[in-house]
Parts: sequence; structure tokens; C-alpha cells
Amino acid sequence: MAFDGPTIAETLRRQGISRRGFLKFCATTASLMALPPSMVPAIAAALEQARRPSVIWLSFQECTGCTESLTRSHTPSIEGLILEQISLDYHHTLQAASGEAAEAAREAAMRENHGKYLLVVDGSIPLGNPGYSTIAGVSNLDMLKETAAGAAAVIAVGSCAAYGGLPAALPNPTGAVPVSAIIKDKPVMNVPGCPPIPVVITGVLAHFLTFAALPELDDHGRPKVFYGESIHDRCYRRPFYDQGKFAETFDDEGARKGWCLFKLGCKGPVTYNACATTKWNQGVSFPIQSGHGCIGCSEPGFWDMGPLYKPLSMPIAPVQMMVGAAAAGGAIAGAAMALRNRAAKQSAQAAHQKVTVADLEKAK
Amino acid sequence: MPSTDSGADHGNALPILNEIRHALARLLESGETSVIDLGALPMGPQDEAELLAALGEGEVEATISAGGPSSVRETAFHGVWLLTHRNEAGETLARFIEIAFVPELLMSQAEDVADSAAALAKKLGQAQNS
Repeated sequence: MAFDGPTIAETLRRQGISRRGFLKFCATTASLMALPPSMVPAIAAALEQARRPSVIWLSFQECTGCTESLTRSHTPSIEGLILEQISLDYHHTLQAASGEAAEAAREAAMRENHGKYLLVVDGSIPLGNPGYSTIAGVSNLDMLKETAAGAAAVIAVGSCAAYGGLPAALPNPTGAVPVSAIIKDKPVMNVPGCPPIPVVITGVLAHFLTFAALPELDDHGRPKVFYGESIHDRCYRRPFYDQGKFAETFDDEGARKGWCLFKLGCKGPVTYNACATTKWNQGVSFPIQSGHGCIGCSEPGFWDMGPLYKPLSMPIAPVQMMVGAAAAGGAIAGAAMALRNRAAKQSAQAAHQKVTVADLEKAK
Repeated sequence: MPSTDSGADHGNALPILNEIRHALARLLESGETSVIDLGALPMGPQDEAELLAALGEGEVEATISAGGPSSVRETAFHGVWLLTHRNEAGETLARFIEIAFVPELLMSQAEDVADSAAALAKKLGQAQNS
């Protein structure tokens, strides 16, 4: 994919960055893209050729949480990303232009980079009535179709763009759908999360920038490098699950000792994301490390998965029975529980239980 | 408050120490270097402290100033290096354990050496002309 202008390596060199600095950049980029350190030479070779891609970012039915997350990325920083590594030609919240000048910038970027620009979308698209969400008088559906037509690829950032998200939660009043329900003739990658981890957003942008292609995707359209393993399988508290050691309340001895939060409703076993290793706030922590279970925000339909504080196994069998079995039988029982969890998730989605105060207090 | 579980032992440091042991054997046998990305591993707060305590501090400590400061520290185990890359604002970008005789980033790079040779020649030429 040929873009005009200097390559990334040339840009860094012009800024007085040495080859050593470039290799450091490649090493941190490999870590950012969740690729093994052995990939650094390949990344260096790719970045020698890579040129700044034009990026158009469209925001539909969303809360701006995904953009808030993006601006918290420290590697690369949002300033570094926009000024040095991509050409962010349209983004409602971040661009200086407004009104007609903003729309003109989008149209110019589409015209000048036809077939080569990257389209990033956050927010879902309402099909119920075009008037539910418009930009400059254009419905979200029309703007998405028009802008996607000349894009090389589309990245759906956040659970709304990836799956419909909160706007699509039952009873889905606006008829919200994800990007993939509309765009069928372009590569579409989902980067779900509510919001996604900041460095996962910049990581997938860096991947496109480096290799001019999307990374390998799973069957939900998610990049496998970040969403290939469950929170549970990568959780540092996993050894306690295997030992049958669980926090029963948020302030008991188990909670203080950092035991597994499964019985407090943690959705880690059915959630695929990088929180347990990449973590948040520059790698400081993630929800489980802060003492709260995973809410499964990167899974399809997580709003309708049932109460946040009810254990995954609850709709089918009392968790106490299962936990007893897990403690006695170890890993085999644990695997059985994981199977039940998947069934429980599907069952909960089908039944869509409403959250009550009693749920929050967790039925004993 | 990053963590609620002070004092618990999750045992996630031990597998990394074993991986380092195997990497050291490979380095001695074939000269093959290894790099472990600490950002790619499940680590609780105590795990990291436990790992760093087990590795200890060695004889060499260096700082690289390129695109923000990076610290390179040999641990108490010769050939086992801890690299911490930071950006200009001092925020940690990535941490690696490199098992090598010398970490690659400490070595001068051929492209930089070529630039320096040209720059020095130019400087001497200017000095002779003036």
C-alpha cells in the first residue's frame, strides 16, 4: 500500500532519532502490538517502508468513552500518533476544524487517498429512524456507507461499533447495529471493549501502519493477539480458582488475600481481552487486580448477559456445589465449570434478567 | 490504589525464573539470545516484586537516552538484563528481560557509526579550512 510522504523511519531520522532509538521504538511497538520480541527485525524492516496512512474516524451512537480511552494511550501518545505516525484527517472531537470545514476535510481525505485510507468507527448505527443520529444532516448509515466505500479497511472500535453495545441492549430502541452488519465488502476488524484498552486501540493502528494490513482475526472479527485468550486464563489470580479459593464478599478475608472473584460474578472465564496482561493506566492495574470482577465488556451483548454480580454458573446450578466439586476435583472440575459457564452465558442472554438490588447483594 | 491484595503469593514468578534458566543454558551452548516481554505475562503485584527480588542487582547499570530514557541493568545473574523503556514524559513503555552477553541496544548500531564517521570527517575538514 503506497502512501505519499516520508516513511516512518525517515520521519524519525529527520527528528534526530538514532538507529538505536529506532530499534527501541520497534521493540516497544512489538510489545504494544502484543507480538513476540523475536518479531523486532521484521517490524524494523516493515517500518523502513511504512508511510503515514490517512485515517478518518467517525463517531456514531457512542459516549466518547472510546476517544477518551484513545487519548490516554501513552505508547504511542496521542500527540505522537497523530503528529508523527498517522494522518488523522477527520475526528469530531479531536480535530480543530468544525462545521463545513470539518466535512470538507473528510471529503478531501477520501478523495486524495481513495482506496488507501483507514476508516475507524466508534458507536453503533441506528436503523430504526435515520434521524436518531446524524452528522451535518447526514444519517450515520449514509455517512458510513459513503466513507467506507473508498477505505482500505474498517476498524470498529468499542463494543458499540463492534456488536451494537449499549444502544443495542434490549429492547434496542433505535434499532442499533454494528459496523459489520452494514459493511460487507471491506475487511472489518472489531476492537471491542467498553472502552477498549488505550494501547490496544493504538496497537491495532500501529499494526496497520507497520504491515499495511489488519492482524489475524478470531471468529468475532477481533485481533487474536489481543483477544486470543480469556481474562481467566491469563489472570494472576487463576491459581486460586484452581485451588478452590474464592472471595465470598467484597470485604472478607478472601477478598483481602486476593482470591478468585468468580463467586462475586467475575465474567473473566467467558471474556476474551488483554486486560490481565496489558492492564490499564500504563500497566498499573486492571479491574480484578483492583478487587472487582470482570464485567465482560468486550463480549457480544454483554449488557444482556445477566446481573454483573451473579456468578456465571448461577442460572444453571448453585455455585456452592460447583465450587465444592472444583476444590475436590481440581482442574477437571474446573474445565467442567468453564463449559457450564458458556452455557450459562447463553442461557442468561436468552432470558435477559433485569438487575435488582437483591442481585447486587448476591443471593447466598 | 492499584491493588487490594497485599501479601498474597500467586506463584507467577517461578515459571519466568525457569524460563530464564533455560535461556541462560541456550546462551552458553549456542550463543542464542532471548528476550522476554514482561508486559505479555500474567503478573500480580507481588509476582513482579518477587521476580525482581529473586533476580537482584548486578555489576552494570546504563541509561540510554534515545526517544526517552531507557535503563539497562544487569541482574545478580550475569547475562540476565532488565531493560525498562520510558518515553520523554518518563512513562514506562515496555519492560524486557534480555538474556545476552551484551543487550543489543547497548551496542552502537552500524548506521549510527557510519553517520558519526561522516560527521567527524566533516568537522575535521571544517577545522582545517578555517
